[in-house]
Amino acid sequence: MRTSATHTAQGRYARLRLLAAAVTAGAISLTTLTACGSSDDSSSSSSSSPSSTASTPAKAAAPVTVQDPWAKAADSGMTAVFGTLVNTTDSKVTVVSATSTVSKKTELHEVADVEGKPVMRPKKGGFVIPAQGNHQLQPGADHLMLMGLDKAVKPGDEVTVTLTLKDGKTVRFTAVAKAFAGGKENYSSGMDSDMKMKKD
Amino acid sequence: MDDTPIDPAPTTTAAEGTTGVSRRRLLTGGALTVGGALAGAGIGVAATGDSGGPTPDPGQARPKEAAYGAQKVPFHGRHQAGIATPAQAHGVFLGFELARTVDRAALGRMMRLLTDDAVRLTRGQAALADTEAELAALPARLTVTFGFGPGLFKAAGLDDQRPASLTPLPRFPIDRLQDRWSGGDLLIQICADDPLTVAHAQRMLTKDARTFARLRWAQRGFRRGRGVQNDGVTQHNLMGQLDGTANPPPGGDIFAKSVWTDSGPAWLRGGGTTLVLRRIRMELETWDAADTKAKEFTVGRRLGSGAPLTGTVEADAPDFEAKDKLGFPVISEFAHIRRAHVTDDRMRIFRRPYNYDDAPAADGRPDTGLLFASFQRDIGEQFLPIQRRLAASDLLNQWTTPIGSAVFAVPPGCAPGGWIGESLLG
Repeated sequence: MRTSATHTAQGRYARLRLLAAAVTAGAISLTTLTACGSSDDSSSSSSSSPSSTASTPAKAAAPVTVQDPWAKAADSGMTAVFGTLVNTTDSKVTVVSATSTVSKKTELHEVADVEGKPVMRPKKGGFVIPAQGNHQLQPGADHLMLMGLDKAVKPGDEVTVTLTLKDGKTVRFTAVAKAFAGGKENYSSGMDSDMKMKKD
Repeated sequence: MDDTPIDPAPTTTAAEGTTGVSRRRLLTGGALTVGGALAGAGIGVAATGDSGGPTPDPGQARPKEAAYGAQKVPFHGRHQAGIATPAQAHGVFLGFELARTVDRAALGRMMRLLTDDAVRLTRGQAALADTEAELAALPARLTVTFGFGPGLFKAAGLDDQRPASLTPLPRFPIDRLQDRWSGGDLLIQICADDPLTVAHAQRMLTKDARTFARLRWAQRGFRRGRGVQNDGVTQHNLMGQLDGTANPPPGGDIFAKSVWTDSGPAWLRGGGTTLVLRRIRMELETWDAADTKAKEFTVGRRLGSGAPLTGTVEADAPDFEAKDKLGFPVISEFAHIRRAHVTDDRMRIFRRPYNYDDAPAADGRPDTGLLFASFQRDIGEQFLPIQRRLAASDLLNQWTTPIGSAVFAVPPGCAPGGWIGESLLG
C-alpha cells in the first residue's frame, strides 16, 4: 500500500472513521493522519539537558545523537517517535531514512500548512540538522512515523530506531514508549510556542 | 554524608536573594513565635506582635526576587528523597491499585517510566511527553518518593520478598477506617514548596501510572508556607499543637538506625525504609470545647511553645518522674507524649506529617486532620508498639479518629541510569 499521499486534516468524525478502518483493515496510509495531531511542542527544551537517561548514541563519535527520545504507545497500526536530533559535527547532516524494530515501515514526516490546514506528509529531503545544531521531532511537527506495527507498543516498552544519514552512516537509538493523548484530536492554532526552559 | 539530600548551595543563594526587609521579617517572625510561646499564648501573640516593629514599606513587604522556586533536591542517592528531606510546604500522597494484568515485567516498565519522570521533574525539566513543559521549570525542592504496598509483592509474584510486618495494620478500637482512604499497592508521595509544582508532577506521574493502576486515593496536605517561619522550626498542626518535636534529626545517627531498614529482605536493606500513612481526623468541634489547660494536660506539652509541661522550651526533655504538689505526675500517665515516648533510639519513628483541611460541611463542621506519615525501619518492631500504647489509653484519642490507614515498603534510592524498585523487580 502506498503511503506517500498527502492527507488533509478533516473533521473528527472522519478521522475516527479512518482510525476504525485502519484498525480493521490495516490501512496504513489512512491511519497516518490520526496519530499526528497535537498542538503541544513539549520537548523543545530538552536540547539544553546536560544528560539524557534515554539517549543512546550509536558510538562515541556518532555524528548525530538523539536526546530525550520517546514513542507514543499504541496497541496496533502506527505510532510516532519524538526527540531532539543533535548534530555533533561541523557540517550539516541530513537524515534520509529510518527503520524501527517494531514496525514494517518508518517514515520521516512533517506537518505542513496546506491552504490553512495542517497536513502530515513525508518530508522531502529528510531532516536537515545544522552544523553543531539540533532538530526537534515533536507532536504537531516533524516526527518519525512508525507504520505497520508488528506488535503493541506498550507504555514503558523500548523501541529501537535506526536513522540513515545521507552519507550512508547509521545512528541507532532507543525510545521509551509513553501513553500520550496527542495525535487524536484536531490541530489547534498557535502551535508554535518556542518555549524557553530554565537551564540547570 | 550521603543521607543528606539537600544541596546546600541553592539554600544559600536563596537567603541572599531575599531582601533585607524580608530577611528581617523572617527572623523576627521566628523569634516572635518562640516569644509568644513562652508567654503561653501561642499564635495570636506572634501575629499581633508583628506590628511592634517599624512598619515595613508595603512595596517591599515581599522579596523582589524568587527565593525558593529554583531550588532542587537531588533525586539520586542511596535513599529516596522526600524522607530525610526537610518537609516541603505542600504534599500529596497518591495511592494506586494495580490492574489485575500487571505482573513483574509490567511493574518494571511502570517504575522505569515513573522514575524517569521523577528524575526530570525534580531537576526542573519537563518529563518526556510533558504537555505542560513550562510548569516543570520551577521544582521548588520537588521530591517524588515511591512506596510498595503489600499487594504489589503479590502482583509481582514476589510475596516472599515482602517485609514480614508489611501487612495492613490490625484494627485498633479507636479506628473508624474508611476504604477510600486505606490500602493501596503503589504509593507516590509528591512534595514541593509550591502547590503548582506539586499539581503538575501529580498530573504527569498519574498519566504514566494509570496504564498500570487506578487511583485509589489522593490525600493532599500542607504545612506552613516556606519562608513564613525559619526552616527547621517544628510546625503546628490544626489542633494548635507543635507536631514532630521528638523526631530523630534527619542525617543523624539516631535517624539512620531507626529509619533505614537493616533486616529482612536484602532488596530493602541499607537504603530502604517503610511508611505508615494514617489519615487522622481531628474532632475540632469538641476540641474547641476543651480549655487550654485540658488540651495541654492531654498532650503533655504547652500548645504554643511545644515545651513539655515540665519544661520551658520545646527542646526540653520531658520529665516523666516530676510530680505536682499533690503527688500526681505533672505529665499524666495518659498524656500523649508519655504514651508515645520511646526510650530505645532504635525504636523511634520519624514523623513527616502534613495537615489536611478539606471543605467544611454546610453547617461549618470542618473536615480537618493530619496525614500522619511515619517512616521507620520496621513497622512491626517500631510503629505497632507505639500505636498499641496510644490506642489503649491516649487522652488525645477523644479528639482524634484514624479514618485511613496504609502501609508501604519504601525502596532504596537509585543511581543515575537505575530505577526505583530495581533491587526488587529488576
